[in-house]
Amino acid sequence: MENRAHFKTLWLGVALILPQLLLVLTFFYWPTGAALFWAFTLEQPWGGGSQCVGLENFANVFSDPFYWASVGRSLVFALGAASLAMGIALVLALFCDRQLRGYAYYRTALVWPFAVAAPAAAVAFRYVFAPEAGVFSALNQIYPNIWNPATNGTHAMIMIIVAYGWKYIAYNFIFFLAGLQSIPRALIEAGAMDGAGVLRRMRDIQLPLLAPTFFFLLVINLTDSFVDSFGIVDITTEGGPSKATELMVYKIYFDGFKGLDYSGAAAQSIVLMLLVMGLTFVQFRYVERKVHYK
Amino acid sequence: MIERTPFLNIATHAILIGGLLIAFLPMWLVFVAATLTIEQINSPPISLIPGGELFANLSTAWNRADLGTRLMNSLFVAVAVAAGKIAIASLTAFAIVFFRFPGRMVVFWMIFVTLMLPLEVRIVPTYAVAANALAPVQAVLEVLGIAWLWQAATGVKLALEWNLLNSYTGLILPLVATATGTFLFRQFFMTIPAEIVEAARMDGVRPLRFLRDMLIPLSKTNIAALFTIMFIYAWNQYLWPILVTTDRVNYGTAVMELKRLIPTAATTGGGTPDWNVAMAGCLIVMLPPLVVVALMQRYFVRGLIGADK
Repeated sequence: MENRAHFKTLWLGVALILPQLLLVLTFFYWPTGAALFWAFTLEQPWGGGSQCVGLENFANVFSDPFYWASVGRSLVFALGAASLAMGIALVLALFCDRQLRGYAYYRTALVWPFAVAAPAAAVAFRYVFAPEAGVFSALNQIYPNIWNPATNGTHAMIMIIVAYGWKYIAYNFIFFLAGLQSIPRALIEAGAMDGAGVLRRMRDIQLPLLAPTFFFLLVINLTDSFVDSFGIVDITTEGGPSKATELMVYKIYFDGFKGLDYSGAAAQSIVLMLLVMGLTFVQFRYVERKVHYK
Repeated sequence: MIERTPFLNIATHAILIGGLLIAFLPMWLVFVAATLTIEQINSPPISLIPGGELFANLSTAWNRADLGTRLMNSLFVAVAVAAGKIAIASLTAFAIVFFRFPGRMVVFWMIFVTLMLPLEVRIVPTYAVAANALAPVQAVLEVLGIAWLWQAATGVKLALEWNLLNSYTGLILPLVATATGTFLFRQFFMTIPAEIVEAARMDGVRPLRFLRDMLIPLSKTNIAALFTIMFIYAWNQYLWPILVTTDRVNYGTAVMELKRLIPTAATTGGGTPDWNVAMAGCLIVMLPPLVVVALMQRYFVRGLIGADK
């Protein structure tokens, strides 16, 4: 790479990179630095500067049972949404990849939900799961309150997992199908010649070879569910009923902007950052992996 | 490959049709709901057959949420984010691949690392920056003592301020400030054969000319892909717009208004929830990205896979 042909104008290269560098410094490095600063200091009320408090903010966050409850809920949400979205997508991709008649139509139709805005999907599912008008309304008429996400925390959690997972089925499907299509056809034909049936080939050839894609998607799904869930929660439940769906991002927003506890929100942000960075670091090995889509 | 598996073929179609149901049924319910009257929608069981009130509901939703202005705002922001991202990402990738300057790789990694932390994670301090985008510059000047020199020389205290709240700049810039796309362009530029660059240099082509007449035409597919995913990404933003825009009348985006359409005890005053209007609004708001995906399907998929978000 270092020996590639290149242009000699030094200042021009620097000038070209400057806009992005300035943007990144202003809107990424400065805020990240500020989060670090706030996490280790305590803002005085009514101004008067900030005071360094070491790890006290973190100690407060970690000793807060509400914080751990939100971490637990985020994990339930992340695992629930990831297994729902990846499971369905994997089955669909495996069967779609058989490329029977109508294959192109299935492929096209299964991709589109990812373009739906998460908040729009949330509004849609809030209606679909509304106790008085949605799919469970008939059931609710016979047995009142057998389904009500507005009062039942478990129902609310199911609702946000489905609303969020629905969109990610499409996303995972795209990647699984791309992964399947990068498996050499010759391998599958060789399996067929050896007498392996369709399902056997899926289990013993395609699934193992899909492992890298699977792993890559697992990390993406978990990370995204930590950071991308705000719209869904805010529109469907606002963290309720009685905090049953208050995920980590929502708590940061709530503590920071509603509770004006910048230091606590910053400490929570740092924890979430470390979590996301840890997950992304694991994924890094796969970043330059090439996936082909036909 | 020819195989006779009649039963499995039927099962395959059944599974895939099940998949189609999962993908389309919720949106079909939304569409049907948008065509019903308020009495019909609140009489269980849920209806699967459209009624005749679609246009009435669409116009009620349109007026209630003032969607005309909102959609124009969303459109402007989404196009600006997509265009800005393409411009900045291609210039940066061009500089990184085709120039040699000290600290080049450091800068590349600095930009690349931003992929790791999405806006939502650092939302509170980013908001603080948006309240005064020149605060970082001010701090640097103070540390370097330039602010003090300025004050000593002019007698005026140096206070730089650039408030981005309630402005298009504030809605757009932070969404442009990530590495999405830079990586995509870099990967593509690396595949340009060195001979082409050599030939261009021998012919005395200047760098910017090379970018305009050689690289940009070659990257058309990448540009289309990036445009598609960035348009959708920006259109679908929710958290950032609700923070930066308190002046919703002038700067509110369409997706922000969705929540306002949901019937709650507060909006209906204890009356019957008008889900039909909410669903009509939902249809309008999610339509533009769907149109873009329908037109650019190929690029959308390509962009998703290539850009690594």
